[in-house]
Amino acid sequence: MLRVENLDVFYGDAQALDGVSIEIEEGAIVAIVGANGAGKTSLIRTIAGMHKPTRGHVYFRGLDIAGWPSHRVCDLGIGQVAEGRQVFPTLSVAENLEMGAMLPRARAERAKNLERIYAMFPVLIERRQQAAGTLSGGEQQMLAIGRCLMGSPDLVMFDEPSLGLAPTIVQSVLQTVRDLNREGLTCVLVEQNVAVSLKLASHAYVLENGRITLAGSGEALLGDDRVRQAYLGM
Amino acid sequence: MNLAIVLNVVIQGVLTGLMYGLMALGLSVIFGVVRVVNFAHGEFAVVAMYATYLLFVGLGLDPLISLLPIALAFFAIGYFLQITLVNRFVGRSEHEQFILLVGLAIIIVNGLLMIFGPDARPTNLPYSLDSFEIGPLFIDTARVYSAVAALLVSAALFAFFRYTTTGTAIRACADNLTGAGVVGLNVKRLYAVTFGIGLACVGAAGSLMVTIADASPSLAQSFTLLAFTIVIIGGLGSMTGALVGGVLIGVSEAMASFFFAPSMKSMFSFALLVAVLVLRPQGLMGRRA
Repeated sequence: MLRVENLDVFYGDAQALDGVSIEIEEGAIVAIVGANGAGKTSLIRTIAGMHKPTRGHVYFRGLDIAGWPSHRVCDLGIGQVAEGRQVFPTLSVAENLEMGAMLPRARAERAKNLERIYAMFPVLIERRQQAAGTLSGGEQQMLAIGRCLMGSPDLVMFDEPSLGLAPTIVQSVLQTVRDLNREGLTCVLVEQNVAVSLKLASHAYVLENGRITLAGSGEALLGDDRVRQAYLGM
Repeated sequence: MNLAIVLNVVIQGVLTGLMYGLMALGLSVIFGVVRVVNFAHGEFAVVAMYATYLLFVGLGLDPLISLLPIALAFFAIGYFLQITLVNRFVGRSEHEQFILLVGLAIIIVNGLLMIFGPDARPTNLPYSLDSFEIGPLFIDTARVYSAVAALLVSAALFAFFRYTTTGTAIRACADNLTGAGVVGLNVKRLYAVTFGIGLACVGAAGSLMVTIADASPSLAQSFTLLAFTIVIIGGLGSMTGALVGGVLIGVSEAMASFFFAPSMKSMFSFALLVAVLVLRPQGLMGRRA
């Protein structure tokens, strides 16, 4: 579904990604694991069209979308639940959700998507008219996921969805990812919570200093000594 | 001192201030969203004044009517300008943006000088000397019409940002630019719409301005400074702040002209500006940074 080939990304002189290649199959949950600054967010944002790669290709359903602007990438069905949630703080919850449905592909399904999201996160109905900035971290994460789903995506990249959330809420966010995947959504999961994300994932990549250093099934990586040492502290 | 006279002066100031407010609103909207200060703002106001003058002399159109086509044309100009020119400077350092827009301002003023010469062009409306008499008060008819028009345009703008999807999307860009990229908003297009709206405001304000001043290239710089002062007083990026600041400056100018001398009105405006910067640096209605 999505194939990244030899992606190089620079910020000025600093190289964030160095020849990164990954493949994401339709219907999978693919985990990307790595330390802070390894390039996980850079990879996601480059796929999403928020950074231009210096070299390399991003194929989505056969189309090379490397360097496309983000609004066109999103309209192909590539959604993103961004690091730090990135809700619009002064806009109401309802307006935030509406912004997710601005894409041409999503306009017709707006009402249906909204109903589905309110059913998934009932707390958002209560908070409909409230400014998003006044929500708790967990509620903001639900809003960020809901806003992304308003765009009717086929593939969603979750960037640290559990960062800064209370443990019980982390569980429910990850459960949401699993549920969405069962309903047919292809998911890319970037998680600091390495053990959990490897358990969820059918396939996983380890990113170190902008390079992919390991790849395999989630289970295989979970059993790999290097992963256990570096990320699981075992 | 007669209270009625003072009241007359204050009312005149409020009415003028609403026109100033509309002009400043344009600057505020552009800065609040695109984060570029339109240093050619007053210049655009004067272009609108000349356009209104020409439509009046040539076709006999009242400024209150020519306001609409001029605002539309200015929207188109702003949209085009953002797409072709200003967009390349978004996110670049402030002095580069400053030079671009000051350059534009110089081109506009000198263009006007070449076409129209330095002499002021008056728009002699048939009702320009009429006034409403309410008890002891005499209020200029033209100024009342212009102020009402300025209020209506401002209200339309508020409604646009509050109730339309495009308006909400523009607020979203101002709120969180990364978030706008994440959900796939077409930021470039929304910025162009915003710059268009900002210029439409200043175009409408310029049209109305012919009721209180004669079109002249020499007004341009002082209008830019005026709009900038108002926006800083009201609070950068705050739309209500621009209107409130406009009224405040309008009243201050009218009072200063009346009690001291017309040439001293700017001194009082800048004194207000300094007072606001000292006591409330984020502006009257601005959010604390």
